[in-house]
Amino acid sequence: MSGLVLLGAERGFLSPTGVEITFLLVGLVTLGGAVLAVTSRQLVHAALWLVVALGGIAVLYLLLTAEFIAWVQVLIYVGSVVVLLLFGLMLTKAPIGPSPDADSGNRWVALAVALATAATLVTVVVDAFRTAWIELDVPQGTTEIVGRSLFRHWVLPFEALSLLLLAALVGAIVLSRRKKERR
Amino acid sequence: MEFFDVAWRLLAVLVAFLTLPLLVGQTEHKVMAHMQGRVGPMYAGGFHGWAQLVADGVKFAQKEDVVPAAADRRVFQLAPAVALVPYLLVLIAIPIAPNGVVGQVVDAGIFFVLAVLGVGVLGQVMGGWASANKYSLLGGMRTAAQLLAYELPLLLAAASVAMAAGTLSLPGMLESWQWWWLPWQLIGAFVFFTAGIAELHRPPFDAPLAPEEIIFGPLTEYGGLRFALFMLAEYAGIVVISALTAVLFLGGWHGPFADQLGWLWMLLKTAALCFLVIWMRVAWPRLRADQIQRFAWTCLVPLALFQIALTGVVKVVFL
Repeated sequence: MSGLVLLGAERGFLSPTGVEITFLLVGLVTLGGAVLAVTSRQLVHAALWLVVALGGIAVLYLLLTAEFIAWVQVLIYVGSVVVLLLFGLMLTKAPIGPSPDADSGNRWVALAVALATAATLVTVVVDAFRTAWIELDVPQGTTEIVGRSLFRHWVLPFEALSLLLLAALVGAIVLSRRKKERR
Repeated sequence: MEFFDVAWRLLAVLVAFLTLPLLVGQTEHKVMAHMQGRVGPMYAGGFHGWAQLVADGVKFAQKEDVVPAAADRRVFQLAPAVALVPYLLVLIAIPIAPNGVVGQVVDAGIFFVLAVLGVGVLGQVMGGWASANKYSLLGGMRTAAQLLAYELPLLLAAASVAMAAGTLSLPGMLESWQWWWLPWQLIGAFVFFTAGIAELHRPPFDAPLAPEEIIFGPLTEYGGLRFALFMLAEYAGIVVISALTAVLFLGGWHGPFADQLGWLWMLLKTAALCFLVIWMRVAWPRLRADQIQRFAWTCLVPLALFQIALTGVVKVVFL
């Protein structure tokens, strides 16, 4: 992370570069996809809008030269999570056309929570990285750099996460087994 | 010059994308025919029916564009594009010859390729749901289940080669490739190629399509050009999986006179693997959907994990 931080204060935010404009536009598309995923009354359409949102985030990673993270994002979220979602929707025969029960009484609470989360995140991130500057001409997120920082500085969290995943895996097996015995 | 260089490379990839799948399709006509003791298409174009696929394409283009009344129009129409475009993108990252003869060097190439391949299957799942047809829905579900089962062994087998080479970039892997990787990564090669064929729903893993049982599954309601696009995606998929197996496990452009003839070795290896894919279609009956799942989880995943262990041990102890 040390290579990332240059003083951003001496660089203005006026006269944006092409990358910055693209970043903003892709960000808008991502936001639009996310909003539609939440508001759509058609279940499968909501899942497909989620593809747009998740894919948009991958493009944002790419624009920040974090190639490795971008492809992992596509592989895990678009390739597996959304396919799993769609599989579940097809298994429960999601109807074509709007589902009347695809609406929640909690929508205003959800909106408030979403806005509060967004406000907190935006404030904190802007405050923390206001003066940071990423030099995009030098690749910052190649596999080598990510691997180096992951296995040198972040080994402990990495191992803790893998333990967590292992626990989830074992839990899934235990849950699915118990059902069989009851029958 | 930079611009022309990029444009030239992309044009070359596009031409390969438009011709190689057709070549494989025509080869399939002929190879299947001869394996079954008949001659296959012989009239179109004169010489051994070489123009049969062109004629098929013209026929497809003439057909009426029908969308079932109960279908979800937009998703139904979008699905073939989602199924086809990823294969075009993947071809960009596959190296053909030494010294940077590749559409575009991608740093995390193998991740890029596998990630984008997974998106292609999304198109079939979309088509399966949007057709408003129970056969399509069944096919779509089988497609999704098969993707989830075979993505893991595919990734693990590719990860083994990445470990051996110490890089994720496809040209980088080929540069460090040695002939003895062939026996070293043999199990991985089997796992990768098999899982790749399963992701393409080629026989014997074609339970999601199963023409005699669920009438082509997700493609039941498709006709004309959209159906042709799905077919093109299948054959482009064969080319991509064969080329990837050649790059990862058979040494890609490595061979005698690799500096001049590298592209030829790459093409020959890819062609041989494509032939194998066609041969499997003729030779083996279809597996049931549950057999396909069991094969992935109880056979391919353990094999891939063993290959990774083997790669790690050899890499640490002997290299």
